[in-house]
Amino acid sequence: MSLNTIRVELPAHLRTLAGVRGELALEVAVPVTQRAVLDAVEASYPMLRGTIRDPATKQRRAFLRFFACEEDLSFQGPDAPLPDAVVQGQEAFLIVGAVAGGVA
Amino acid sequence: MTPSEGIALSSVRVLVGTKKGAFVLTSDGKRKQWEVSGPHFAGWEIYHVKGSPVDPNRIYASQSSSWFGQVVQRSDDGGKSWEAVGNNFAYDGVPGTHQWYDGTPHPWEFKRVWHFEPSLTDAETVYAGIEDAALFRSGDGGKNWEELSGLRKHGSGPHWQPGAGGMCLHTIVIDPSNQRRMFIAISSAGAFRTDDGGETWKAINQGLRSAHIPDPTAEVGHCVHRIALHPSRPETLFMQKHWDVMRSDNAGDSWTEVSGNLPTDFGFCIDVHAHEPETVYVVPIKSDSEHFPLEGKLQVFRSKSGGDEWEPLTRGLPQSDCYVNVLRDAMAVDSLDDCGVYFGTTGGQVYCSPNGGESWEPIVRDLPAVLSVEVQTLP
Repeated sequence: MSLNTIRVELPAHLRTLAGVRGELALEVAVPVTQRAVLDAVEASYPMLRGTIRDPATKQRRAFLRFFACEEDLSFQGPDAPLPDAVVQGQEAFLIVGAVAGGVA
Repeated sequence: MTPSEGIALSSVRVLVGTKKGAFVLTSDGKRKQWEVSGPHFAGWEIYHVKGSPVDPNRIYASQSSSWFGQVVQRSDDGGKSWEAVGNNFAYDGVPGTHQWYDGTPHPWEFKRVWHFEPSLTDAETVYAGIEDAALFRSGDGGKNWEELSGLRKHGSGPHWQPGAGGMCLHTIVIDPSNQRRMFIAISSAGAFRTDDGGETWKAINQGLRSAHIPDPTAEVGHCVHRIALHPSRPETLFMQKHWDVMRSDNAGDSWTEVSGNLPTDFGFCIDVHAHEPETVYVVPIKSDSEHFPLEGKLQVFRSKSGGDEWEPLTRGLPQSDCYVNVLRDAMAVDSLDDCGVYFGTTGGQVYCSPNGGESWEPIVRDLPAVLSVEVQTLP
């Protein structure tokens, strides 16, 4: 089985929850998809289960988006291949929280 | 050892949940000098933090946010370190619908944990009251959660509706003399009791009157804000309803109003003195549209007669220009000889009275809005 090292950038609150600094570097089997990456995140950091995807439906949480290579991948299917630059480790898969705006 | 030496050797740990993190406040039994630890889980909403009466170092915290959902944190060292445990709250079966604000059916959806109630006898067992209203139990220290679905499947479930804060199960009271008996309260469905450990439930709202529902005396639909009891008299319950302070002497089978001479009987919190089962505390709030004290004066009211006759307690509390609220889970008592009473405000103050309410001092003044206050009395 071929494994690629995928870079993942978490929002600050999730980095704190996971006890990490900077990007994650995760070994993910090809084909590299959103589902495969998020499964790898949750397998390595079980405290993040349910914080990015609903634990039952696996739907992306409403206030989170997935970006990479200056594109919004939030609405791509979970099994769609991620961009080559992410698969090759040249670009990070970004998990981004919505801006809080006026919420206190 | 003299009594004063005994108090000095005891200590209290106040567990505070706020809109932006948790704080742990500790003092010796004199309750004059405090150490403040926190924020824990900075930036997250901490709806509730509560310790196990069996193992006081076992503490549960409900950590949530609109971005990242629910995290359940557990400490096994009195709040010094924490571990994320299970956060999968899956309703039993197909959850169906309850009423939405406009009266239309709305699917049951998990949003957050409002309240943890650790078992009185087993450190591994803890109950969670959640939004949308349901009761869950963990028998392994919070790792796995199972719904006690007899409550939600009470025939009235499809008619429950949310209050302004959501449809939350916010109060869980375990009868210390019979732990198969529990009382819970839901905004805005009412109070319920189980006598068989959570298998079946009975609505206990007879005597409540609520103007916001079509039938003011209906079996369900009442916005109960909080229920409290004294461990020595588990048949006697005190309730702060949306409006009205109520009392039951038959484990909730019927209620009578004991608002008496309160200047307003709207409020959220209610608690009972640790050693005087007829001494009750409330914080009257102006109204359901103006969530602050009357005339800008923060007043705790105490009844020493189990209701009806109330006296204001103001020494040390701001008596002008104070427009904070005190939420339903934000009052607690310790069990030291001179009972300590505590409450937190949406303005970020946590007040302590080390003398049963006679005088108050702020432990902290500038926390984020306080959502919950619990107290542990430690040997």
